[in-house]
Amino acid sequence: MDEQELLSTVEKFFRGEMTAEEEKFFQDLRNSNPELDQTVVEHLYFLNELSSFTERKRFKEDIQHIANHLIQSGEIDNTAVKSESKVVFLWKKYKRTMAVAASIAGIVSIVIAGMNSTLSTGKQNNIKPLVDKIHQQENKTRQIENKINQLAAARNENTKPRVNSNFRATGFLIDADHNYIITNAHVVKEAKNQLVIENSKGDQYYAAPIYVNDLSDIAILQVTDTSFKKLHSFPYVLKKSSADLGEQVFMLGYPKQEIVYGEGYVSARNGFQMDTIFYQLSTSANEGTSGSPVINRHGELVGIISSKETNAEGVVFAIKSENITSAISEVKKLEGHKNIQFTSIPGLKGIDRVTQIKKVQDYVFMIKGN
Amino acid sequence: MEFISNELALLHGLAKSDTASIEKIYKDNYSMIQSLVLNNNGSADDAADIFQETMIVLYDKSRSSDFELNCKLKTYIYSISRRLWLKKLQQNQRTTNIYDNSEDIVAVEDELDIHEKKNNEFVIMEEALAKVGEPCKTLLEEFYIHKKQMQEIAEIFGYTNADNAKTQKYKCLVRLKKLFFQQYKNI
Repeated sequence: MDEQELLSTVEKFFRGEMTAEEEKFFQDLRNSNPELDQTVVEHLYFLNELSSFTERKRFKEDIQHIANHLIQSGEIDNTAVKSESKVVFLWKKYKRTMAVAASIAGIVSIVIAGMNSTLSTGKQNNIKPLVDKIHQQENKTRQIENKINQLAAARNENTKPRVNSNFRATGFLIDADHNYIITNAHVVKEAKNQLVIENSKGDQYYAAPIYVNDLSDIAILQVTDTSFKKLHSFPYVLKKSSADLGEQVFMLGYPKQEIVYGEGYVSARNGFQMDTIFYQLSTSANEGTSGSPVINRHGELVGIISSKETNAEGVVFAIKSENITSAISEVKKLEGHKNIQFTSIPGLKGIDRVTQIKKVQDYVFMIKGN
Repeated sequence: MEFISNELALLHGLAKSDTASIEKIYKDNYSMIQSLVLNNNGSADDAADIFQETMIVLYDKSRSSDFELNCKLKTYIYSISRRLWLKKLQQNQRTTNIYDNSEDIVAVEDELDIHEKKNNEFVIMEEALAKVGEPCKTLLEEFYIHKKQMQEIAEIFGYTNADNAKTQKYKCLVRLKKLFFQQYKNI
């Protein structure tokens, strides 16, 4: 076989155009003839190089064409002049160093704490009026809310007055028989006087903190309100193993007075400064989502949203599910709580996301208080 | 909430050289890279080159089997362009630092190493192709890069039929292969 013929045969093989019979014949030939095999390997290497070359060349031509088109249509501007002087950049560089210095504790918990700012108003005179306005607005809203409640109460004796809350976060059911709800420790800390859970319909029920662990940032509450109607067992199960990098997850929480769905993926096995309690997620989380369940596509509870990094967009930390297991066993040891049990009836595997959300949302609550 | 799935879709599109995806990535990121280069001793043409090279890194990455994106696409693109431009500046010994205000940059050393290796191979093949002479060069380009059919090529070059064109193509390919390995050894 001369070189041309061999090259054309090898190319046929490289492109996968051989019939099974031809391929068998070709492989047999290679097996029986080491010298030929050597040449085939060389050809294959060359054809592979040629293929990457042509692919890249084609891609280059494509993007050149697209870039020219975008410049002509004015959709990208390639004539932009220097936008900022060097001095500005030096300043920005300096500022960046400052920002790094200021971010030694660069994570924030994500619970809405509207009233907290009053504590620091002395230091921040320049923003005080705005803060006050927010409060006036809030108070007005509250007055209206109270009036509505009074009216409702007048009609229905059973309706109790609503709790005026100064923060909002998220929590979810982990024991449907005994009404235990899990959220973050830092959320419970916001409640100095009263603590309530609120469902999506706006019904509030009193709850009491049973267990608060600052280290893992987990708190378990029990709904103490007798008017709370027991829910059926929830469909999510507790994930026993660690989540994988890149694992797709979704969250349900209350960054506003309405349940909000979000999705993302596990981007690192550890949290801020390698904290092993947490996963790092790539997603966005706003104030109020603290305590949201993080669930993978099989309906396994992977973790609980806790905090986010202040200096980088989309870096969110979630408490690993194994901490939930240990928190539950801690609660078991407490007087009067030995019956706590994460009882679920699995029902999320293999169903589409919209249905999954429908099945989970009733078990996710707002956590409010003052 | 963030549209991570959109960014992934964009990269899947890029892997297939889908025009709409490429356009979107250009539109969303070009001005950012342009100001990076312009503000660090570069020209508009430099910026265009750097962005094109960044797109190639991204393209290779999106096609690799272990592809994974652990940060925002914008951050990734910025990090690659920044590294590429810094390297260019250092080669010309103009400066060894870039002044910018970006706070999130990710490590892209691995990608850049792979990119450099692929670049070298690309240059070797390009030089071999330049040396192979006409009509071989155009014939091979038409067949491999522009994916023309043998029949079409026969018509362009005036061969009487596709089989003759095919024989010629393999003659050219054998020559290219020799030149390629010659170049390869010289480096």
